[in-house]
Amino acid sequence: MSAHDRKEDQVRRLLEGPRPVVPVGLAASAAARGDRLLRRRRALRRAGWTLLAAAAVAFAVWASVTRPWEVPPSGVSPPLQGW
Amino acid sequence: MWPVDVHRPGTYAEFEAYVAGAAGRLLHVAVLLTAEPLEEPAAARRLLAGALARTYAQWRRVRRDDPYDHTRRELCAAFARTGRRHHGGRGLLAPLGPLERLVLVLRVYEGVAEEVTAAQLGLPAERVRALCARGVAAVRSREAA
Repeated sequence: MSAHDRKEDQVRRLLEGPRPVVPVGLAASAAARGDRLLRRRRALRRAGWTLLAAAAVAFAVWASVTRPWEVPPSGVSPPLQGW
Repeated sequence: MWPVDVHRPGTYAEFEAYVAGAAGRLLHVAVLLTAEPLEEPAAARRLLAGALARTYAQWRRVRRDDPYDHTRRELCAAFARTGRRHHGGRGLLAPLGPLERLVLVLRVYEGVAEEVTAAQLGLPAERVRALCARGVAAVRSREAA
């Protein structure tokens, strides 16, 4: 064992020391908080998807009404020739 | 809130068993990081409670690999975000900076590999080695004094 390992071992023993007492009901409160977190994330995701779907529907309606891909009818008539 | 069961039944029992087994060691890790007195480690408890809550929120994914590792990562990330707030303290690692504490606890107490520690903290491996050596020296000199 090298001197380096021995030093680390010594520090490890110091770190091991006595353990703190785990508070009662830690799992229950963590689970309740985790549930809230998960619900919030799901609600956020649902809202995002809903917004996206609404935007897609709005775009489809607007496109089918205005038909922006069609060339607008020309306001200028071609010059009259050979009359 | 809605009375909806977010997880499938049995999840809470699994989580409770996991916490019963792992919370002691995880709280010890948190107390080493915050360098608080053992009797009233308020910040360490707060850190652990948050890390466990985030673990539970992702339990379906986490339970398949390593819940302990996941909670420890959450704990370390939360400590790294708020590290400056835990300056000082009375514990063994009180004279060390937040990053030195993280490296020392992960490398020496938890026995995480150097490369894994480096990746987790976003540091180059050489820096982890240097921080670890500095931490070891600081703790030994404090004990010798």
